[in-house]
Amino acid sequence: MSHSPLIASLSRHKLTVCLLVMQVALTCAIVCNVASIIGHRMAQMQLPSGVVENELALIESISVDETANQLAKHDADLAALRTIPGVSMVAAVDALPFSGNNWSNGISLVPNGPALTTATAYNGTPDRMRVLGLHLVAGRPFLPEEYIPLDAAHDWAGINHVPSTIVTRALAAKLFPGQDPLGKVIYPGDGPVRIVGVVDHLLRPTLDESEASDYSTLFPMLPDTTDVTYVMRTTPQDRERVLKQAQKVLAGLDSNRVLRRPQSFTQMREDYFRRDRTMITLLLSAALGLLLVTAAGIAGLASFWVQQRRRSIGIRRAVGATRRDILRYFQTENGVIVGAGVVLGVVLAYALNMLLMQHYALQRLPWVYVPVGGAALCLLGQLAVLGPALRASGVPPVVATRG
Amino acid sequence: MLGYYATTAISSLRRSKALAALMVLVIGLGIGASMTMITIFHVLSGDPLPGRSDQLYAPVIDPRPLARDHNEPAEPDGNFTWPDAMNLLHARRADRQAVMAGGAVPVRPMQSGELPFYETGRYVTADFFSMFNVPFATGSGWRSEDDESHARIVVLNSELNRKLFGTTPSIGRTVRLKNADFRVVGVLDDWRPQPQFYAQLNGRVFGKTDQFFLPLQTAQDLGLDFNGRFSCWDSGGDARTSDHCVWLQVWVQLDSTAKAQAYRQFLASYWRDQQSHGRMPRPANAQLYGLMDWLTRQHAIPDDLRLQLSLSLGFLAVCMLNVVGLLLATFLRRGGEISVRRALGARRWDIFLQLGVESCVIGLAGGLLGLGIACLGLWSVRQRPDGYAQLAQMDASMLFGTFVLALVASVIAGLLPAWRACRIPPALQLKTQ
Repeated sequence: MSHSPLIASLSRHKLTVCLLVMQVALTCAIVCNVASIIGHRMAQMQLPSGVVENELALIESISVDETANQLAKHDADLAALRTIPGVSMVAAVDALPFSGNNWSNGISLVPNGPALTTATAYNGTPDRMRVLGLHLVAGRPFLPEEYIPLDAAHDWAGINHVPSTIVTRALAAKLFPGQDPLGKVIYPGDGPVRIVGVVDHLLRPTLDESEASDYSTLFPMLPDTTDVTYVMRTTPQDRERVLKQAQKVLAGLDSNRVLRRPQSFTQMREDYFRRDRTMITLLLSAALGLLLVTAAGIAGLASFWVQQRRRSIGIRRAVGATRRDILRYFQTENGVIVGAGVVLGVVLAYALNMLLMQHYALQRLPWVYVPVGGAALCLLGQLAVLGPALRASGVPPVVATRG
Repeated sequence: MLGYYATTAISSLRRSKALAALMVLVIGLGIGASMTMITIFHVLSGDPLPGRSDQLYAPVIDPRPLARDHNEPAEPDGNFTWPDAMNLLHARRADRQAVMAGGAVPVRPMQSGELPFYETGRYVTADFFSMFNVPFATGSGWRSEDDESHARIVVLNSELNRKLFGTTPSIGRTVRLKNADFRVVGVLDDWRPQPQFYAQLNGRVFGKTDQFFLPLQTAQDLGLDFNGRFSCWDSGGDARTSDHCVWLQVWVQLDSTAKAQAYRQFLASYWRDQQSHGRMPRPANAQLYGLMDWLTRQHAIPDDLRLQLSLSLGFLAVCMLNVVGLLLATFLRRGGEISVRRALGARRWDIFLQLGVESCVIGLAGGLLGLGIACLGLWSVRQRPDGYAQLAQMDASMLFGTFVLALVASVIAGLLPAWRACRIPPALQLKTQ
């Protein structure tokens, strides 16, 4: 099939074709970037936290009485919580993934050396590893004699004396790339701390954009602050009931405290990502809206052109073009226009990405989104033009003799 | 003549209903999406303290040691150490000045048996109330003597006051916060400036309100818990009163630009003076930001919202391109009609005007649809969990703005097609038809 009439007819509508190409290009650029933002946020939302998320019930207790021995109070609370039917294990911790309050330390490999990176310090009672269901991939759990108080009263001085730590795989790889981290010494505080174990994942209380989201250290330090979170391991269906009972049990034991945020881990995770979910819905609807508007524009113009060219279509049919030829003609025409738009759009997509990176600290556009976006747009163009093109192919040759 | 053009416009739109509907829909979607975001921006970038904001300034000094690694931000975060804040407070070089920090304390209800609950408020110094024009329902703030004597007094916002005392008068009564008793000296008349400009600014300053205010020195004395960003670059000593931890906010009121200039110089001389004592080693670069300026610099409006605004404007651009294309096609199809009119004596200008009116009619219809979509969009924003959600309301100026935007957009969209169509030569088209 000769393409020269196609080019000739396109050049008769230069302005309209240019507009359509620009529209497709802009749509392509925006949709590629929006898709990449959505992809990035979805990836963040699916990061494994490292804990058994659907079996945990949490409650935060803040004692108003600062003079009391907090360690003893926590032990009493834990003993009481253990008696709740359905609770298999209980631990007191100072922070959890997604909990928001983040105590990070700079980690260096020599005393008072420069920090290679920062990592979150997680502290808790001895049962915590089992309660959270942390997956130890190397080394051993903490020994009972390794536990010391956090000593929050003296500026969290425990960090300077704690003998051992368990780190995440990601942190171990960052600190000791290509080496066995077990037995290595790190300096999160003033004193040396030996790595005795490695867990596969444990996300930090707040996520940032990088792989540093999984840089965590576990310490054998007992929380001795007035503010502590109790984690109860139970079955998914028991969580609601356990939380209600836990509030009663704790309030009954000591009413001189504030109980906050009784919730399951799943709820906490959902709350943490609520904004991201809104943003994803919004971005999705924007991308869909854009594609729809562009498709409508393509279809509108195509059906216009079909109406306008009824006579020439009739003539072509009369001189021997088959219906298929006519259909092909409009499809090719659309392919050329949308294709040109996509080519321009790829350039625009990267330009837009640079602009966004500058202003919003967004990540670079992964290349894979570009061909996928382009292909999707081409396909959309073909779908949009199908109706008008079929109508065109239905124009009878006899039209040529009229008018 | 314009009236006649409007009638012909409507009748010609009727002829190609589907296409006209498509154009109206596309303009409506573009206008609706962008007006939703523009309205949110308009509301969020409003003045939190009309009438006073142009006299309020946030001083910024940088007490950090020389940069140790390139990761740390070049600009200071605007928070103060205790000694610096107290020095500026006691220097009294501004018309009014106040030092403040956010706090959260357990409030113990008067009735025994009820669990205490957490409430967020602010530890402030005396000038806070007069400087920010804080409205009192009853009572008043305190004087700087009370600051110095670490008085145990508190000002309640209306919500906490209602929660604790119901409708009974509360002035002079006692509130137990954490482990200390405070005497109520004032109750605010539901004060909720949006955003909470005087706090440490982050993406979540909208929707928050402080429920109590008590003297900063008293809070420090009692060791009441501080709430917010606290950054140190050294250790040792009591971190809160040390000169190596920043966590306090300082605001000053300066009634004239001359005074602001003088205060800037005072800050610079303070910096140099501290340098002579071996502190603040960075090159002296004291800043004084006006309130509105400060809000912009600190990104009070969340980045996600900015991104959404840019996205909606991009969407509008695609919609406009679409409409230009469709208008061009409709106008050019009427080449025959246009050339007849031209042959009968219509000038190019007449054709241009007629087609311009036609695109305005489409623009107006699109604007109407866009208004509906924007209202729907704002409604959906109000369902969001964010603090700014409740502020997302359409006001008169935005209502007017929607129509202006719709008209301007459609006129611009119509310009190119109308210009192209009015260049159709009169006779040629007649011959070819």
